[in-house]
Amino acid sequence: MAVLEIRELTKKFGTYQALNGVNLDVNGGEIFGFIGPNGAGKSTTIRVLLGILRATSGQAQIFGKEVWRDAVDIHKRIAYVPGDVHLWPNLTGGEVIDLWVKLKGGGSRQKRDLLVQQYDLDPTKKCRTYSKGNRQKVALIAAFASDSDLFILDEPTSGLDPLMEQVFQDCVMDVKKQGKSVLLSSHILSEVERLCDTIGIIRQGKIIESGAMRQLRHLTRTHVKAELRQPVPGLAQLDGIHALAAEGSILSFEAESEAMDAAIRQLSQCGIVKLECSPPTLEDLFMRHYEGAGGGVR
Amino acid sequence: MLHPLWASTGRLIGIIARLDRLRALLWLLGIAAFTLIVPPALSELYGTQALRDEMAATMTNPAMTAMLGPGALERYTVGAMTAHQMLLITALVVGLMAILLVARHTRGDEEEGRLELIRSLPVGRLSWLGAVLVVQLAVFTLLASVTGFGLALLGVDSMDLEGSLLYGAVLGATGLVFAGVAAICAQLADSSRAAVGYAVAVLLLCYLARAVGDVGDMALSWLSPLGWVTKTSVYAANNWGPVGLLIALAMLLFLAAHGLNANRDMNQGLLPSRPGRPRASRFLQRPLGLVLRLQRAGLWAWAVGMYVLGISYGSILGDLERFLGNNEMLGQLLGEAEGVTITDQFIAMLMIVLALSATIPPLLTVHRLRGEEKKGRLDSLLAGAVSRSRLLGSYMVTGAGNGMLMLSMATLGLWTAGNAVLADGLPFGTLYGSAAAYVPAMLVMIGLSVLLTGWFPKLLQLNWLFLLYSFVVLYMGDLFQLPEWMRQLTPYGHVPRTPMEEMAPLPLIGLGVLALALTAAGFIGFNRRDLDAS
Repeated sequence: MAVLEIRELTKKFGTYQALNGVNLDVNGGEIFGFIGPNGAGKSTTIRVLLGILRATSGQAQIFGKEVWRDAVDIHKRIAYVPGDVHLWPNLTGGEVIDLWVKLKGGGSRQKRDLLVQQYDLDPTKKCRTYSKGNRQKVALIAAFASDSDLFILDEPTSGLDPLMEQVFQDCVMDVKKQGKSVLLSSHILSEVERLCDTIGIIRQGKIIESGAMRQLRHLTRTHVKAELRQPVPGLAQLDGIHALAAEGSILSFEAESEAMDAAIRQLSQCGIVKLECSPPTLEDLFMRHYEGAGGGVR
Repeated sequence: MLHPLWASTGRLIGIIARLDRLRALLWLLGIAAFTLIVPPALSELYGTQALRDEMAATMTNPAMTAMLGPGALERYTVGAMTAHQMLLITALVVGLMAILLVARHTRGDEEEGRLELIRSLPVGRLSWLGAVLVVQLAVFTLLASVTGFGLALLGVDSMDLEGSLLYGAVLGATGLVFAGVAAICAQLADSSRAAVGYAVAVLLLCYLARAVGDVGDMALSWLSPLGWVTKTSVYAANNWGPVGLLIALAMLLFLAAHGLNANRDMNQGLLPSRPGRPRASRFLQRPLGLVLRLQRAGLWAWAVGMYVLGISYGSILGDLERFLGNNEMLGQLLGEAEGVTITDQFIAMLMIVLALSATIPPLLTVHRLRGEEKKGRLDSLLAGAVSRSRLLGSYMVTGAGNGMLMLSMATLGLWTAGNAVLADGLPFGTLYGSAAAYVPAMLVMIGLSVLLTGWFPKLLQLNWLFLLYSFVVLYMGDLFQLPEWMRQLTPYGHVPRTPMEEMAPLPLIGLGVLALALTAAGFIGFNRRDLDAS
């Protein structure tokens, strides 16, 4: 069942078309990776979902309720972490965490204290003294300490160190285990790849690719690097083989999934000394979409 | 060759001078203009020695001495009058200027991380502080010359060159002392805000110690640098001694600041930083609590300020009849009215001033919502289960409560002082009633700000212009003989001017309804519009 549903969502700022018919579903218990370059419309989509911006046309529902009309009701069950966390300089981190958790309708104090410990945050410091990473921790702790069913995370880890990044990923996996949903917008593709079940790629206000990670991988090519005893004659003639290059006895190419079988058959006849296959990465997928469309940033 | 601790100070002086060129210039022009418009105005208002002696008589009371310090009341020339009424207050402003300029470049730049970059360059450990203080030396020398020569050039009889230069020198030297105070506080405090806070506290403490000393025990005012300011007796005895004292103290403070700075890590204060609360109090966990908490300090400061404003007006009520009877221009300012005592007339006028001043803090409160929006802090609040109406409502209610508190504080101050100096006393009920009549008008102003926040947030600041317009039209309307309709344009123009006029409920109800309508419209707008991105 879809927890979050967006249909043909558009948003105009004056004449600038920020969103141009976005369609997107997040199902219960799913971690949805929302990726795209700066200015593609990720944050605008999220701000519409939060009822901070009003959609020009189209529909967006969370828990089957209208995001604009029923914002307050919806917000009782969601947690939001922005990429750029703005805090009140004269309140302490602990005070801000409590304030946010309380405004969401409360959460467990034990959980909050545990998170403060895990993220290694000093809650007695005034927010003006916090670095970017520490400000993000405040928002993350408030989000995960609340009793929410949907977590909307907008580039939440851009200031965290690898250690804290790990704590964050554990938190996300933990809420997934409890059957909750996460919308994770991120630049860090390895993070999306590790955490997400489903991804959507947005460009110029439109979703250009979406689906389960596993399916999407089929669309991409596997990198193959092989050291052989003798040259392979017929490889170039096969369909679905790209970027074929030979350097001495070392051969490298990219293979579409359908061509893999035929390619390996040919290689095995030529005496394989060493064979390396690297799986398609999200980065390849991402780059292919962006390069294919002339850069496409903004 | 400079000691390595001060390497590249010269270049840094250039940078700071460049950064502060406009800011310092505006302060300088403001203070100079403020100083130079007064003597001609006083010569105009109090043209004869008889009038000035009347004025001196009204000044002979402990309340005025506490506020302005001792003056040459026995020979109250225009010069002596200017020095008495203006010098200490101006010195206070100059002190504030010095604190803000220095704090900005010491802890301010440190906190923003700019100093870190500077210090990564081949620059000495003490160069930045040294450069900041050298720039202050230049700024306040300039201030002293501009005001000093400016005053001399006014050509007022009783204001000779020596007195004028002394006047300027006192101001400049006071500035240097508080630049030093700010530089030291910047070493002690753990944030730039705290540094400004400590320094301003020292400034106010100096003012207070001097007030207590001037009224009673004279020794105490010798402990306060602001006490030295009035000891100069400008345009009378022309005492240069205290200026020397001020400069010596400033140099001592500069040296001490350097010593402390040399032993301090960047971004650390020498005073141990107090940890804040690890948890939010129950009070803070609601939008209304948050709104109140965020402006707690400002609220106290304004409340005290309004009380002092009330006291200062109230303390002159005693000698009013005698004094105003002789002054045509002030009489005109009050407007003509038959069969009303001049005190009642004056109180009615004061009420307008107090009500307009008391509207400033509530408008600041309501306008903060827009500030929070622009800083991107509303997103996280609204992402919680808080409706826009509740958020706007919290600001609106805080604003309205704030306004009533401010008006009450001012009225209380007026009553405390007025009741003490008036022979027949001042009935509190009547006075408070006249003040309360302004509440609906104040709510209209708050409603207007709510309306703008809801529909035209970019135009929000225009409400300040409207407040200024109200002030000009109502305060000086009679003087300029402005037409009645201009008075009708502002909500305050519809308020019955008790105790001079009869109380009339109808306009008050009308204003109340208008305030309600504006506020309701504002809520509708705020619920419909997009919030701005940070």
